[in-house]
Amino acid sequence: MARLTLTGNHCVAHAVKLARVKVVSAYPITPQTTIVEKISELVDSGSTNMKIIRVESEHSALAAVYGAATAGLRAFTATSSHGLLYMHEMVWWVAQARIPAVMAIVTRTIGPPWNIWTDHHDVMGQRDIGWIITMAESNQEVLDETIKLFKITEDPEVFLPGIIGLDAFILSHTVEPVEVPDQEIVDSFLPERRQPYVIKSGEALVMGNVPSDLLVNFRMREGVHRGLRNAEKVIERVDLEWGKLTGRHYGGLVECYRCEDADYLFAGAGAWVGDMRIAVDKLRDIGLRFGVLKIRYIRPFPYSRVFEAVRGRKGVLVFDRSISAGSAGPIFLDLTTHLYSSGLRIPVKNVVTGLAGFDIGYEDFVKIGKSFVNEVSESGWITSFLDFYP
Amino acid sequence: MPLTIRDLAKEKYVLPGHAACPGCPETIGLRYVGMALGRKAILVIPAGCTSIIQGLMPGSGLAFPIINVAFASADAVASGVAAAKEVLGEDSVVTVWAGDGATADIGFATLSGAAERNENIIHICVDNEAYMNTGIQRSSLTPIGAWTTTTWKGKTEPKKNMPLIMASHGVPYVATASIAYPMDFIEKLKKAASIRGFKYIHLHAPCPVGWRFDPSETVEMARLAIETGIWVLMEVEGGRTTISPPSRPYADKSRRKPVIEYLKRQGRFRELSDELVRELEREIDEYWKLLLKLSS
Repeated sequence: MARLTLTGNHCVAHAVKLARVKVVSAYPITPQTTIVEKISELVDSGSTNMKIIRVESEHSALAAVYGAATAGLRAFTATSSHGLLYMHEMVWWVAQARIPAVMAIVTRTIGPPWNIWTDHHDVMGQRDIGWIITMAESNQEVLDETIKLFKITEDPEVFLPGIIGLDAFILSHTVEPVEVPDQEIVDSFLPERRQPYVIKSGEALVMGNVPSDLLVNFRMREGVHRGLRNAEKVIERVDLEWGKLTGRHYGGLVECYRCEDADYLFAGAGAWVGDMRIAVDKLRDIGLRFGVLKIRYIRPFPYSRVFEAVRGRKGVLVFDRSISAGSAGPIFLDLTTHLYSSGLRIPVKNVVTGLAGFDIGYEDFVKIGKSFVNEVSESGWITSFLDFYP
Repeated sequence: MPLTIRDLAKEKYVLPGHAACPGCPETIGLRYVGMALGRKAILVIPAGCTSIIQGLMPGSGLAFPIINVAFASADAVASGVAAAKEVLGEDSVVTVWAGDGATADIGFATLSGAAERNENIIHICVDNEAYMNTGIQRSSLTPIGAWTTTTWKGKTEPKKNMPLIMASHGVPYVATASIAYPMDFIEKLKKAASIRGFKYIHLHAPCPVGWRFDPSETVEMARLAIETGIWVLMEVEGGRTTISPPSRPYADKSRRKPVIEYLKRQGRFRELSDELVRELEREIDEYWKLLLKLSS
């Protein structure tokens, strides 16, 4: 084990190396670029042997990853924002083909206007497709979760690709002390590459021609959903395995901070969960018992774990760093849907904030938390389900 | 020793039950691909007629390993497959089988990128000169004057010269071929398979449905294209341009059939003005002059 000071992007690069990825293909975009720069450096210095396909676009980056993965190898790409939007067609293709692969998304807002700061519109736009999506809070989590994703995506009960999301600059370009596991640890953790089929010469296997029976095609779509639901228990199991090897486990699909006796919960995903933790401590100092429900996995959405966590609370504040325009924040939509169908009736309010990289800190969470307590105490419910802050 | 039919793979790669139209040039071409590349081939096929021709899942009318892929992705997917096969030490010929749209239009950036990176793949452009799978819409490889369902009065722009554009990428091998000259096409495929790096083969493929001629005349139409000189069989290898044997006689303009012999057999040129026929004749002359200069 080495203790290094690494940016989130360099954590991704180290994880890719440790996972013995064989093919990397990517196209530069801020703030993703330093991931592939670092991987290129690791390859050129001879410290790992990977093939890097330096393609002409993101669409081709994921296409090349799909080709390499379909042909039998562990493959990786990384992108952000417009790059992700440009490769969107291939994001669908890989998932529907049930080909395991891993992609890092350094979350960045979408133009116009041109803007490189973080929000979650890019990664949240991928949630209906069939990719596992995890969001990291710290650089250590970026490194750990990227390695774990290879195991989760290649599990025969899952066989779907996976996304590690990390906030632009807050994680991607900020250094933190990180424990980098030894290669032997990762080797003992990650099995050989597994996938549902391999395209090879001499075997007349055809992938993706027109279906004769639409019900078969229907079941394929359904199977993607079921694969993601199966991923829940695989994610929990892999988190425990990794914890045994490294001493770091994160609670699997969700992580709770000071939830045990909490009256109110903040719920959210990504780097700002760190600010929520500080805010919770401050709120408790003034007698308001808050906790944080960190949604570690956006897909599969951990509705049972969320239900268990919010049951019995006086209220939940869901923070979204993106919005499904014309509706509400995507985490709020998922969370409330599952609570309602479980018969749980508690005040849940959506606060959409931090869009376009607008910076908010723990003081803001404190302020929003106080106002939420007032709102719920005075009205017995919520006066609006969606607020933009500020 | 010239290649003979005895030297070719006996296995059949185009099977009964495929879904091609009668007289389809693509199944003709795919048979030759099977004969030339045999069991080493892995086909990467973007959206196009061959997406359908394969027949219905879970069966297949083509006995190749095939990865069907999104329109603009084929050469990048093939790059990934080729990279993986190299790492795995598997001897495969990764071949993109793409129409004129997936080659020259929507797929062009991807193709150009793979060519510039000199990926170890073959790209075959099976050129039926329009978007036939979606119902005969114009492409950048539709000839000037041709009727399509998006050019009711005839296309107003000339055909883009893809072989020379690809040769300008400086790739190790570029060739043109025709479904009417199987041995020429097969020899070119075999040569391409033996060369490391990016190989581009542009296969002329007259489509009876889109060009409006009788399905029994597909090969004849392809042959007429050579005999009138409107399509020229050639190779560009290591920067050297060579006219291939079937086209060599037509370097001599007097031996070429008048282009009208080719045009009048196709319903898509029914409204072609005399002026446009002369324009096409002039273009053929100019192109031959250029090719002869390049090959001298």
